[in-house]
Amino acid sequence: MTGGQVLAPILVAGAQIVIVGVGGLLLLGLMRKLRSRLEGRVGPPIHQPLLNVRKLFRKQRVRPEESSWVFSAAPVVLVATAVVVAAISPLATTRPPLGRSADFFAIVFVLLLGSAALALAALDTGTPFGGMGSSRAMTIGAIAEPALLVAILAMSIPAHTSNLPVLVRLGLTHPQMIASPGRILALGSFAIIILAESGRLPVDNPSTHLELTMIHEAMVLEYAGPDLALVATGEAMRFSLLLGLLVNLLAPWGIADRPGAVALVIGIAMLAVKVALAGVCIAIFEVFTAKLRLFRVPELLAGGFVLAVLGTVTALVVR
Amino acid sequence: MSNLSLVIAATAGSVAVIAGAALPRRTRVWAVVLSTWASCAAALTGSLIVLHTGRPMVLSSSQILPLTGVHMVLDPLGAVFVVITAVVAIASTLYWIGYAGHGLSTRTAAASLPLFILSMLLLPAAGSVATFLVLWELMAVTSLILVLGDQHERAETRSAGQWYAVMTHVGAAAILLALVLLSAHSGGQTFAAIRVHAHHLSPALRNTAFLLAVIGFGSKAGAVPFHVWLPKAHPEAPSPVSALLSGAMVNLGIYGIVLVGDRLLGGGPVWWWLVVMALGIASALFGALHAATSTDLKRLLAYSTADNMGLVLIGLGASGMFAATGHRTTATVAMVAALLLVVNHAAFKGSLFLSAGSVQVATGVRDLDQLGGLMTRMPITGAIFLVGALSIAALPPLNGFVSEWLLFQSLLHGLPTSSTAVAIAVPLGVAALALTGGLTLAAFVKATGVGFLGRPRSPEATAAHEVPRTMQIGTGLLAVACVALGVAPFIVLPALGRASQIAIPGTSASVLRGSKYLHVAGLQGVLAPALLAASLVLAAVVVVAVRRLVHRRSMLTPSLRRAEPWGSGRELQTARMQYTATSFAEPLQRVFDDVVHPDRDVDVDHVVESRYYFERISVRTSIGDIIENKLYRPAIRAVRWWGRQARHLQNGSVHRYLAYGFVALVLVLVVIT
Repeated sequence: MTGGQVLAPILVAGAQIVIVGVGGLLLLGLMRKLRSRLEGRVGPPIHQPLLNVRKLFRKQRVRPEESSWVFSAAPVVLVATAVVVAAISPLATTRPPLGRSADFFAIVFVLLLGSAALALAALDTGTPFGGMGSSRAMTIGAIAEPALLVAILAMSIPAHTSNLPVLVRLGLTHPQMIASPGRILALGSFAIIILAESGRLPVDNPSTHLELTMIHEAMVLEYAGPDLALVATGEAMRFSLLLGLLVNLLAPWGIADRPGAVALVIGIAMLAVKVALAGVCIAIFEVFTAKLRLFRVPELLAGGFVLAVLGTVTALVVR
Repeated sequence: MSNLSLVIAATAGSVAVIAGAALPRRTRVWAVVLSTWASCAAALTGSLIVLHTGRPMVLSSSQILPLTGVHMVLDPLGAVFVVITAVVAIASTLYWIGYAGHGLSTRTAAASLPLFILSMLLLPAAGSVATFLVLWELMAVTSLILVLGDQHERAETRSAGQWYAVMTHVGAAAILLALVLLSAHSGGQTFAAIRVHAHHLSPALRNTAFLLAVIGFGSKAGAVPFHVWLPKAHPEAPSPVSALLSGAMVNLGIYGIVLVGDRLLGGGPVWWWLVVMALGIASALFGALHAATSTDLKRLLAYSTADNMGLVLIGLGASGMFAATGHRTTATVAMVAALLLVVNHAAFKGSLFLSAGSVQVATGVRDLDQLGGLMTRMPITGAIFLVGALSIAALPPLNGFVSEWLLFQSLLHGLPTSSTAVAIAVPLGVAALALTGGLTLAAFVKATGVGFLGRPRSPEATAAHEVPRTMQIGTGLLAVACVALGVAPFIVLPALGRASQIAIPGTSASVLRGSKYLHVAGLQGVLAPALLAASLVLAAVVVVAVRRLVHRRSMLTPSLRRAEPWGSGRELQTARMQYTATSFAEPLQRVFDDVVHPDRDVDVDHVVESRYYFERISVRTSIGDIIENKLYRPAIRAVRWWGRQARHLQNGSVHRYLAYGFVALVLVLVVIT
């Protein structure tokens, strides 16, 4: 094995991790800026989330009195799972390292490990808000996860595999597969799930300041300093990861399908453009949407579930 | 001489029974444990030889059982179940050494425990109807004695024992009917003879036998609607027994369905397996939903057993359907997935029940609403429970994830088949599988988070301390198995492949290949569990290093401070302000209100001066089992009513009884002629 063969996958993985990490934080800044402008405010600069993370890393670590090691471990698990998924997913290239084992089901379960860690840590704080956030997040997750898994199944049936790089590459070679009704329904369901999983409107309000209405923010209320920086980074990574997968399944064009630095750079640029566009759409949507009542959220998610099941049935019938 | 191990296992097991019944209290436990280990080790060795060579082990003796004799044939399919039982038994008897100080140390218990284990070790080796039924009954009776344990004066335990006794014997009757029907029409009571004749039997007979077997074995496996005994008996049983019930005994229900459906009858029409899959879907969803809303730790675990057995039945059903439509390779993959889930379930549920027992020993409560803060007080038990919880929630890199992935892949692989029934059933199975996964995660985040994390909610939990070392090791053994099977499932896959070949003959053994990648035949995707685990660990190490590096470079003050958590400005928060298991599950309960049907009692006492102010509010919520309340209770009431009506027949008059006898005789004569 030559040096290039060893180094290239590491470089690709590193590039994807950095673009997901930094890009994810910038994406949040961009969306916040756009929302502010649309609402007639100036808003913070786009790179504000990066500045926040840098500031938080310099602060002291604070832990609730009665918490255990689970509380400190959760942010690490959250970021580690996002890093692993960012390294092996087909984001900038269809040939990521370990791409053979980048199974869609496996990736969902790896990300789920991060959510579970955060939910456990929230209960470990020993406060009412932690439990509240954890309970709500798990309720939403218990309905969102099945919808996501069935949506993956719907996308996997025509391709005969749930391997992600293959799914994305098939979109390049057989563009008609993207327009198949089964895939469209499944991607619609996937989009709803992304909003729920990453705590966006109409499921959760990421900029709320009232504890009683919080879901995700209530879970991480006790984090401070470097731990909060990790949580913020992890959440940003997960959001941009899911969006990246969505846009690549919907419009794979531009992704690097051949080895080589030039293709990779183009792939990264195209990924940034596509994800930014998706983020802009979500930001505009959020301006015109109100948060749903908590007990209406399951109805939305059940809608996503039904879309996914319909997608599966359509994929079986329309072949 | 290969059958020597079965003889040794039986002998050592019998020695254990005698030791338990005869020895004085001080030496009893150790003697029983050591001879049970010898018995398990012998059975384990024999099974591993069978799994390695693929040749069955035969043992026949006409002297042991009068009239029928004993026939033992241990093939690779049975060997898998023997291995599972042996490992769970070794771990739970080790645990029992420490536990015996807190109960389950009477002569009756010490003699029944090894007999129960022995009957489960030998059952999968039974090669004839009589041997099978004798061992099955032995298992039923000894497990009943153990469920009653030394708590038999408690009303709940007695009621649980009653339910268990009735359900297990109704099941045993169904199994008896099925097997006797088959053997009566096959001209022999050995399984080999039945297998030869099974194809010449009439379809009606085959259908009846299969349905009876599904009812009988399904009730042992806890399949909804025959599950009612399970959430009663498993929590009431002493914890080492619960671990054996959930980790070993329910598996034998699965074994029985494979035995009758695949092995004896050689597969059947698609609708048989649709029935199995429907039972599986119902059990998985019902079990998961009740696990998510339960507040009793052991009841939660018991419902989750019903849920996992449901998933296994989904796998078995899919496997049978694929085989019936001619897709034998896919059928084998589904069968391997189902068997792997059985293996994994034994590991994580065994360890979870044992750690729940440790919690009960340390605190005396198993109500989650009174626990909390145990992770700092019982760090080892807490960590073991966490491993078990993450495994059962199918999170990587633990074992539950591998079987869940394999089950998904087999269902995905089997979808493009020609049959319409299959094309409708499989997406439903996948939806059930997915929904179950989400609910299970919620249930076990609740169990771990409320039970072990946060602040202690009662004085008992505050005073908790770690349990004896043997209990920790026994529990930890199974947790290690969870990690090992998650990182390297390849250590069991060849054996499971052999076992599936026995159930579904005519396929190649290597549907699952590779030692680094898990590769399913005919699918492009692979899973690399070891690589995934390694990269997760590596990423975590890097993240910790980065946090420490960046943090230390810019730190002036001491790096970690413990502080009072935020309470909206309120000082001195109490443990009672935390979310409990009840409040955690409340949103889910509300979403699935129609299925769960909670009973809610609200008592409000108003202040005398104004009705706008409350003096006292008490809320009582309980979640009953809807199937028990709507299906079984009316049936029991009907039987009671009939019983009362029948009482009028008996008024104590001898003349009347003679008249009954005469009328009955005349009726019989009329019928005969």
